[in-house]
Amino acid sequence: MATITLSRATPTPPAPTPRRRGRRRPQAGRAGPVTYTLLVLSALVSAFPLYWTVVAGSHTNAEIAATPPPFLPNASLFENIGAAMEQAPIGLAILNSVIVAGCITIGTVLFCTLAGFAFAKLRFRGQGLLLALVIGTMMVPTQLAVIPLFMMIADLQWVNQLQAVVLPTLVSAFGVFFMRQYLMSSLPDELLEAGRMDGASTFRIFRSIVLPVARPAMAVLAMLTFLTAWNDFFWPIIALTTSNPTVQVALAGLGSGYVPQRSVIMAGTLLGTLPVLIVFAVLGKQIVGGIMQGAVKG
Amino acid sequence: MTITSTSPPDAVVLGPPATRPAVQPSRRKNNRLTHNRWGYAYVAPFFLVFGAFSLYPFLYTAWVSLHRTSLSDIDGGTWVGLENYRNLLQSEFFWNAARNTLTIGILATVPQLCMALGLAHLLNYQLRGRTFFRTVMLMPYATSIAAATLVFAQLFGRDYGLINTALEAVGLDPVDWEGGTWSSQIAIATIVTWRWTGYNALIYLAAMQSIPGELYEAAEIDGASRWKQFLHVTIPSLRPTIVFTIIVSTIGAVQLFGEPLLFSGNGTTSGGGSGQYQTLGLLMYQQGWSNFNIGQAASTAWAMFLIILVVVGLNALVGRLRARADR
Repeated sequence: MATITLSRATPTPPAPTPRRRGRRRPQAGRAGPVTYTLLVLSALVSAFPLYWTVVAGSHTNAEIAATPPPFLPNASLFENIGAAMEQAPIGLAILNSVIVAGCITIGTVLFCTLAGFAFAKLRFRGQGLLLALVIGTMMVPTQLAVIPLFMMIADLQWVNQLQAVVLPTLVSAFGVFFMRQYLMSSLPDELLEAGRMDGASTFRIFRSIVLPVARPAMAVLAMLTFLTAWNDFFWPIIALTTSNPTVQVALAGLGSGYVPQRSVIMAGTLLGTLPVLIVFAVLGKQIVGGIMQGAVKG
Repeated sequence: MTITSTSPPDAVVLGPPATRPAVQPSRRKNNRLTHNRWGYAYVAPFFLVFGAFSLYPFLYTAWVSLHRTSLSDIDGGTWVGLENYRNLLQSEFFWNAARNTLTIGILATVPQLCMALGLAHLLNYQLRGRTFFRTVMLMPYATSIAAATLVFAQLFGRDYGLINTALEAVGLDPVDWEGGTWSSQIAIATIVTWRWTGYNALIYLAAMQSIPGELYEAAEIDGASRWKQFLHVTIPSLRPTIVFTIIVSTIGAVQLFGEPLLFSGNGTTSGGGSGQYQTLGLLMYQQGWSNFNIGQAASTAWAMFLIILVVVGLNALVGRLRARADR
C-alpha cells in the first residue's frame, strides 16, 4: 500500500531515550503458555459475536433456536440476506454510507491538516485561545449540538438528505489536535526555514514540504475518520429516516421491526458490517499502528 | 515499510507535561514564517465549519433550554427562564436516567479498563502472531454500535439466546436479561466493554512500550518480582495514560445512547418496560423527538455537559493532588 508507507522523508528529532520496540527490554520476556492461552481466549471473545452473526444469519429462525444451537454457517445465508434487503434498503444504505464517510474523510483530513499545520508551526494572535477552544470542545457531548442542528436542517429542508449528515461532521477537533501533535514532532523548523530562504510562499511551503511530511499521519487520520463516520449513530438517526438511510440507520430500522426475525436481522447486520470488516482485514495492521501512534503522540 | 514497523518509539510520550520536550526553541525565531498572518487563512476553513456546526449549536442549545419550545414550533418558543431546569431536577425520569447512566457507566468502564491493562501487559510480551492478536482485538472497535447491539441483543435473548442456553447447559437458571434492572444494565455494559477493551489495550500497550527499559533493569537489580515490577514501575508510568482513558471513557459513558435504544429490540426510547436501562442520552432523545419538548431536551443536554465537566474536573484535581503528594 503505497499511500500508507511511513518511511519518513525527513530526519526526526533525536529520541530522548532511543530504543527499539520491545526486544531489548528485560520485562518483555518471551510469552509462556499461560500468556498464549489468555490471549487466544481474548481473541475468541473478540471474534465470537461476529462469527455468531454469520452463523445466525445463515440459518432459519427455527434452526438457531434448536438445542444444541448450530455452530457452523449454513446455506440459508443468501435467502436471509435477500429477506433483509426487502425489509431495509441495505444496498442504498451502503452506497449512502460510502458517500457520507468518504466526504467526511476528505474534508476532515484536508481541513485538519491545514489547521494542524498552522497551530504547530505558524504564530498568530489568539492562537492559544483558538487551540484551547478546539481541545475544550472534545469534552462537549454530541447531545449539546443536535437540537440547533436539527432546527438548521429543518429550515434548510435538508432532513433526510445526506448533506445534513456530512456537513456538521466535516471537521473534527481530534483531527486538528492529532495533526498538530504529529507536525510538531516530525517537521523540523530548519526545513521550513530552508524553504523560506529559497523564497517560497507559505502555501508553496505547505504544498512541497509540509504535505509530504504529513502524509503518514493523514493516512492514519483518514482511516480513523472513515471508521468513525461509517459507524456514527446519534446524529444520523436524527437527521435521516429509513427511506434514505446510512447503514447504521438502516440497521436500527431493521432491529426495530414489529416481527423480530432473528436470522434476517443477523443477515442484515452482517451485510452492513461486511464493508468495514473487509477494510479492516486489508488495513487492520495499519489501523492498529495508527491508534497506537496516536496514543503515543496525543 | 508499514506504520507499525516505523512508528518510532522516540515519539513524544503521553506523559506529564514536564517530560515533554520544551517548545521554546521555535518560539525564539522571529522570522517571517513563524510570525505570519497566513495562520488565520490556514485555520479559517476549519473554524468556519466548526463555528457553524459545533460552537454555535452548543451556545444556542443553552438559549433553547431557557424556552418552552416544541419540535413543531421551533421558532416560536416562549421564554421561561430556568423552568426547564427546575422541571428536570424534580423529574423522577431524570434521576432514574442519571442513576442508570452512572451504574451502567461504572459497570462498563471499570472492568473494561482493568481488562485492557491486563491485555496490554500480555500483548507486551514477545509474541508469535503479534499483529494477528492486536488486529483481532481491535475488531470489536470497528463494529458499529448498531451492529454490536443487535448481535448482543440476540445473544442475551431470554428464550433462545445463546447465553441462556449456555447457562442452562451448566445447570443454572436462565436470566431475563432485558427485563431485570441489574441484568439489563450488565448486558448493556457488556456491549460497551466488548467494543472498547481492545482499543484501550492498544493505547496502554503503546504507553508501555515507551517506558524506559532502565527502570525495569533497576527494579530487577533490586530483586523486584514481575508482579512488583508491574505494580511499581508499569502502573505509575502509565498513570497519565490511565487518567486519559478514564476521562475519554467517562465522556463516552455519559453520552450512552445507541446501545440502550436498540437493546430492547423494538426501538422505543423508554429504555425498557420500567425505564430500567434508560440513560440520559436516551431520555434527551425521548424528550426532544418523542415528546417534542425541545426546551426540556436542551436542558438535559446541558445537564449532561455539566456532569462531564464535574467528572473531568475531579480527575484533574485528583491528578494534581497525587502529583503534589509524589513530590
